[in-house]
Amino acid sequence: MLKIENLQASVDDKSILKGLNLNVKSGEVHAIMGPNGSGKSTTSYVLAGKDGYNVTAGSAELNGENLLDMDPEERAAAGLFLAFQYPVEIPGVGNMTFLRTAVNAQRKARGEKELTAGKFLKIVREKAKSLKIDAEMLKRPVNVGFSGGEKKRNEILQMAMLEPKMCVLDETDSGLDVDAMKLVAEGVNALRDGKRSFLVITHYQRLLDHIKPDVVHIMANGKIIKTGGPELALEVEQNGYADILAEVA
Amino acid sequence: MNSLIGKNEISDTLADFFIQPNGATWANNIRSEALVAFNDFGVPTKRDEYWKYTNPQKLTMIPTEPAALFSNDEPPMFESIDRVKIVFVDGILDLSQSDDLILEGATIETLVDATSKDIHWAKDLFGSLEKNGQKPVKRPLAALNTAMAAEGLVIRITDKCKKPLAIRYIHNSETSDALVHNIIKIESNAQFTLLESGAGAARFNSVLEVDVADNADFHHVRTQGRDHERKTVTHIFGRLGKESIFKSFTMTVNGTLTRNDAVLEFTGDNARATVAGATAGDGESFHHDDTVFITHDAVNCESRQVFKKVLRNGATGVFQGKILVKADAQKTDGYQISQGLLLDDNSNFLAKPELEIYADDVACSHGSTVGAIDEDAIFYLVSRGVPRKQAQDMLVLAFLAEAIDEIDSNDLADDINDRLAAWMNRR
Repeated sequence: MLKIENLQASVDDKSILKGLNLNVKSGEVHAIMGPNGSGKSTTSYVLAGKDGYNVTAGSAELNGENLLDMDPEERAAAGLFLAFQYPVEIPGVGNMTFLRTAVNAQRKARGEKELTAGKFLKIVREKAKSLKIDAEMLKRPVNVGFSGGEKKRNEILQMAMLEPKMCVLDETDSGLDVDAMKLVAEGVNALRDGKRSFLVITHYQRLLDHIKPDVVHIMANGKIIKTGGPELALEVEQNGYADILAEVA
Repeated sequence: MNSLIGKNEISDTLADFFIQPNGATWANNIRSEALVAFNDFGVPTKRDEYWKYTNPQKLTMIPTEPAALFSNDEPPMFESIDRVKIVFVDGILDLSQSDDLILEGATIETLVDATSKDIHWAKDLFGSLEKNGQKPVKRPLAALNTAMAAEGLVIRITDKCKKPLAIRYIHNSETSDALVHNIIKIESNAQFTLLESGAGAARFNSVLEVDVADNADFHHVRTQGRDHERKTVTHIFGRLGKESIFKSFTMTVNGTLTRNDAVLEFTGDNARATVAGATAGDGESFHHDDTVFITHDAVNCESRQVFKKVLRNGATGVFQGKILVKADAQKTDGYQISQGLLLDDNSNFLAKPELEIYADDVACSHGSTVGAIDEDAIFYLVSRGVPRKQAQDMLVLAFLAEAIDEIDSNDLADDINDRLAAWMNRR
């Protein structure tokens, strides 16, 4: 699904990713953990194609297609989705309008028919309900005045509506209390269908109690330094990153 | 008698260029007095404080620069709305294109008819709000309009009008230089909606005087026409009685030079007024100026000024807004926001917000910002698959929405929104 080889990237001429390798197969859930400043969020922005994140070497492919050649909107249409750590507030744009525009833009880019207003409404109401997002929240401007939990649930709603193939969740647990995290995790789990893949970026093991990963990577200084099963996350939880960093050094 | 097309010879002054209409004695007196005032003021120049950001030369030169006619590919504004339509072509009323001047709850006359009657209620209103509005800031081009405009409508509203009156100003001659003066008197408890659209002329000078009596409502939605080379100067003078409502919204796109003055005065308590504008400008030849002066001279009145301008490719937008709160105007709530969204480094937004407050129990706020489009918001939208151009358009419309939201009617607001959305793809 997602194949990253020797990916190197810099921001403002500062090298952040220094040879990242990752291979997420169809249907798998991978977690990336790591201390602050290790390049986790940069990885998500580089994959999504944010301006200012310059790839200097390496490759990233989604189902064999070169992601790095595509504009961000093309990456989205190809099936990549990034759940933001800090979802952006957009005053003046209704959440519903935004969702419908996004869904139809992707359908159009893939040569599919746009959803009618009625059909779209039906689907969005259904999915919003399972995430406990009420009708009022759908009418409000995108993320404006949303609580931290509401913003993250809104990210998952977008993911559910857009039905991506590869989901990158950038610290989706940050700023959430336990109940909100459970709700978000349930939303993510509902999208696990054996084919869709996930890359879950997180500081803490907590989230991985709810979204069970197949593979856990530890990232430090711009690359993966250790890979293992779910037990690796538990190890981090108990001992912190210091042991692993020392072990690799 | 035709004041609209200038005399053939080149005149030394703007006043000599037009012909003063001849009507009943009272009207002639008002016009002559306005002419004296105009001659006293002189034409505005860049040295005048309120013309510092806008060079008035194109509005005062004789004759006017011609303006190419603009072939329009979109249906005229307000076509789908149930209204009484009145058409002016190059500033001259065209009855053949207009509906009958009949609106339930209103009497509508032409300025020519009203000013030729020996006795007419308009005597007390015609030119009077304009004259009041000359203090403390001189508005010479409004005085010129009162002195020289032969055309316009004289409207008296006695009831709640169910339908709006829609005036369409068609620009049909490349050299037309038109003056139009409309007078509206809205009596107590009456309601009226005025819609105006169109460029009007190569150079269009309009004055609108509106007297809103106690408990009366006035709603005004205006679009100024997409003609690229038009020059426009407009003045709205409003007087608000007790518990009255005055709401005016203007959409401006294109045009070489647009100067819109709004001068409102609260004379009765508990009244509310809004002046709002959404502007989209493209290219170095685009210059647009909103100048607003709101005087609070009554208790517990609320005024709002909401102006949004999107500018690209070297366009210039200007906002000069003042709230004057007199000593007795306690409990005044004055709000003023002006914002420029610059889509590139070549465009300019110039703002001069002013508050002058003599009462001690008031809430006045003002904000003026200028900025570029939010790249984080763009990235958020494109990361969801929205193409960049579409994402930018969404954010531009979202920026303008705060001004458009000041329109009470959803149908009208939607129409304005659609026009601006279309503008972004073809000017």
